[in-house]
Amino acid sequence: MAVAKQATVQKNIDALAQNKVGRRTPIISLLFGAFSAIGIALTIWMAFEYAPLDAIQGEPQRIFYIHVPMAWIGMLAFGVLALAGIAYLFVRDERLDWLARASAEIGVVFLSLGIIGGSLWGKPIWGAWWVWDPKLTACLILWFMFIGYIMLRSYMGRTEESARVGAVVGIIGVIDVPIIYLSVLWWRGQHPQPISSMPLADALTFLVAVISFTLLYCFLMIQVYQLQRLQASAERLRTIVM
Amino acid sequence: MSAIGEFWEQVWAILWKDIRYELRTRQTWLSMGMFALLVLVVFNFTFDLNVANQRAVAPGVLWIAFLFASLLGLGRTMLTEREQLPLDRLLLSPVDRKAIYLAKLLGNLLFIGIIELVAVPVFIVLFNLPLSLFGAFLPVLVLGTVGIATIGTLFAALTASVQARDMLLPILVFPLLVPVVIGAVRATGLLLVPALNEPPWLSLLIAFDVIFVSVATLVFPAVVEE
Repeated sequence: MAVAKQATVQKNIDALAQNKVGRRTPIISLLFGAFSAIGIALTIWMAFEYAPLDAIQGEPQRIFYIHVPMAWIGMLAFGVLALAGIAYLFVRDERLDWLARASAEIGVVFLSLGIIGGSLWGKPIWGAWWVWDPKLTACLILWFMFIGYIMLRSYMGRTEESARVGAVVGIIGVIDVPIIYLSVLWWRGQHPQPISSMPLADALTFLVAVISFTLLYCFLMIQVYQLQRLQASAERLRTIVM
Repeated sequence: MSAIGEFWEQVWAILWKDIRYELRTRQTWLSMGMFALLVLVVFNFTFDLNVANQRAVAPGVLWIAFLFASLLGLGRTMLTEREQLPLDRLLLSPVDRKAIYLAKLLGNLLFIGIIELVAVPVFIVLFNLPLSLFGAFLPVLVLGTVGIATIGTLFAALTASVQARDMLLPILVFPLLVPVVIGAVRATGLLLVPALNEPPWLSLLIAFDVIFVSVATLVFPAVVEE
């Protein structure tokens, strides 16, 4: 990395010049931030105060309002990663790659917290920290895919090859996860789900929770996307300066 | 000659080159084979194997041996590609990139297949299973191996430029191969201990193979392009 060829240096200078640094006030980022903060505060109040105490499960049921949205966002993040990857393979715009990397970093955090939250819920309800049921197993495998993706991208650096390879991993992963879910479902069988309808208060709390966490995801995506952009610029600057 | 005919000619040419190379060096086959056999033997010490247990545990042991041996072998072949640069030279020629993938896949299949053909009889002997098992087992063996080889070959090419590729390949590949492992182990288990109302494991394996051979073939050019 110490000595870069003249052509690469020129390419990097051009790329940096196009990257308008020092943007105007990021309205969208502020809006997402504000709404997600309000939303999550509202969710916390609703989850603990507004939603009625569950007759069967008692207090631990409240984890549901946090755990489920986090797990869903984790899965959404992987989907975004894969879509950005597919788009990257067609368009070859590195911004799509920044989007994919940002989604991976955020998704793994959400999914980890979702899985941990699920364990905390599971212990009092099922009596076990972990069961090998289809949803949990698929989430765990997804988590490993996130980690594998991040490790691979980290080792390969910020090259064009790294972006292509990441896109391929995302594509294979997103196709495989439903198949994994199906195979574990066939293997373990689903535990019988009691068909319960949610009281209105619960459903409302849940809706608010999902929306708030999605807004949080969008807010964080903007931040980490900008971080990726800056990291890419920094790496280019290094090739010029050295 | 038609375009498809030419395509398959290219596949065959690359495959034949790889086969001749392996025949000359013989390094990987021998070590993979010994490794697979050793895994089978070591598992014997890890489980308390009375007759009842054996039938339950045997399919898992066999497929773990194949999985680990395959990943080891795939890592090695890609290392040779990297060090002696035949892949780079191949990319210089106007050969369809998809043909390269299919040739690599068929080569790996052949070479994992030969290891398996040696390991399965040993497995039958070590675990006291009926010899007729071998024939019935063949479809499961082929389908499972295709699954492992498809993902393995693609990811071996993917991780070829990474220093930590030996560790990274299993980390990336094991999660993706969960359906193959579940399907192959259950299907093998059914051969040993027939059960009713089992889900269609062979169909799952077939579906997995078809989907991923197609996707991997389409996506491989993006991996090796310059």
